[in-house]
Amino acid sequence: MPAVSPPAAPWARHILGADPLRRTIYIVAMMPAVWTFHLGLTDALGADPQKTLERTLGLWALRFLIVCLAIAPLRHIGGPNLIRYRRAIGLLAFYYAVMHLSVYMLLDQGLDWSAIWADIVKRPFITVGMIAFTLLVPLAVTSNNAMIRRLGGAAWNRLHRLVYLAAALAVLHFVMLVKSWTPELALYVGLIAGLLLFRLVMSVRKRRRSAGQLVRG
Amino acid sequence: MADRPVITSSELTPRSLYLRRREFVAGAVSAGLIGTMAPLASALAAPLQFVKSPLSTSEPPTPRKDVTTYNNFYEFGADKGDPAQNAHTLTTKPWTVKIDGLVGKPADYDLDDLIKDAALEERIYRMRCVEGWSMVIPWVGVPLADILKRVEPQGSAKYVAFETLVRPKEMPGQRGLFQPLPWPYVEGLRLDEAMHPLTILAVGLYGETLLNQNGAPIRLVVPWKYGFKSIKSIVRIRLTEEQPPVSWNLQNPREYGFYSNVNPKVDHPRWSQATERRIGESGLFVKRRETLMFNGYGDQVASLYAGMDLKANY
Repeated sequence: MPAVSPPAAPWARHILGADPLRRTIYIVAMMPAVWTFHLGLTDALGADPQKTLERTLGLWALRFLIVCLAIAPLRHIGGPNLIRYRRAIGLLAFYYAVMHLSVYMLLDQGLDWSAIWADIVKRPFITVGMIAFTLLVPLAVTSNNAMIRRLGGAAWNRLHRLVYLAAALAVLHFVMLVKSWTPELALYVGLIAGLLLFRLVMSVRKRRRSAGQLVRG
Repeated sequence: MADRPVITSSELTPRSLYLRRREFVAGAVSAGLIGTMAPLASALAAPLQFVKSPLSTSEPPTPRKDVTTYNNFYEFGADKGDPAQNAHTLTTKPWTVKIDGLVGKPADYDLDDLIKDAALEERIYRMRCVEGWSMVIPWVGVPLADILKRVEPQGSAKYVAFETLVRPKEMPGQRGLFQPLPWPYVEGLRLDEAMHPLTILAVGLYGETLLNQNGAPIRLVVPWKYGFKSIKSIVRIRLTEEQPPVSWNLQNPREYGFYSNVNPKVDHPRWSQATERRIGESGLFVKRRETLMFNGYGDQVASLYAGMDLKANY
């Protein structure tokens, strides 16, 4: 078995990486979290600070997932090619999901494990949210060059298709927790549905094309 | 005359002192020592005269700022900050409440006539929202029973139905694409629940008339039930023989029942009702507290439901 050096932590790679734009993305993208925590600690998050913090972090996780999914279609329709920043955006979505989950467990539930477990198994919206989060874990762990080499490009690509399922479940988690629909919620559902549909159309076309080549060949 | 020195009030009384005098007056008003009977229907809060009630809790009230800015009032928007932002557009004067159905004296009652004779009481109650948060609110109001007795319920009346104003021009939540509920918002109680001494019609909070976002000019308060039962900005009260429809039950019958008594053992299908977050216990690191059966009013109200299956009648 070839010796494989353990991959460096992805955040360290990125933050210490050479690309200044990527560093800027990280710093700017962490601002909503820093600012919201700051408001929370200075008692400026309104009447229900835990809930506001939890919702804000969850919303940013969803927003970064949407941006991440939009990068390939953007290039396809002739927009700028931002593929080299997609890993950073995806990891940011994951970091926000980690913070969202941590706030729920630590600050909202006060690490009451029986209440948390009861929520996960009994509350479908929390079950769905936990599955979405769990799906993001292998994607985050393999978001580095060493893991791409180790898995091989094709297997890595197959694995990372899970992001579509994670995004669908994340927005479903949002839909399932609200008491009634709002324009904001409809926008998120619409964006994710659109991005998934785009991906589906692309893959069907690709399959048809390769099938056609086979027949001609 | 021309020689007379001009003396301003600020020279007679140091500014800090006259400011404190105002605080003293405001304090005395909110303590119920003095007060003036202001018109009830007004966009801005005005001081009210009232007596304290032994039915009040001794728990510290939730800060006024939270009570008046963190509201569910879907007629003004779905976000909890929306009512405080949008509700100023509502005109609450004149205001009439139609009382009809199975009563001896059905009529359109002017708000001032309806409340005029009644002695206002301050009732400091816990309020538990179905979403898992709670407040302690110093309401000012009158027992609903006093009003109902005046209109003489008929023997056949078994339920009381309530209705909120529909006025899309002044209620932005009643316009546009995303309307969470059919309007008007409707609620209901069994007659014995409505006649219970804890059930009040509130016209004020924190010693002043209600702000629009809190359900001005007149709203129901039923402290042992989830907050959405305490219908706001009431324009109609109807006594019926049949159980009346209630809004959230119409929207989602599996999640919201007619009774909606606070019950830590019967979960909302989507979340636990065992604990609650007390609004105003500020800080990120404050723990949730246990929710009490009937929101802690079991001694007074449990007998209303003797022999009833509260899981089936949620």
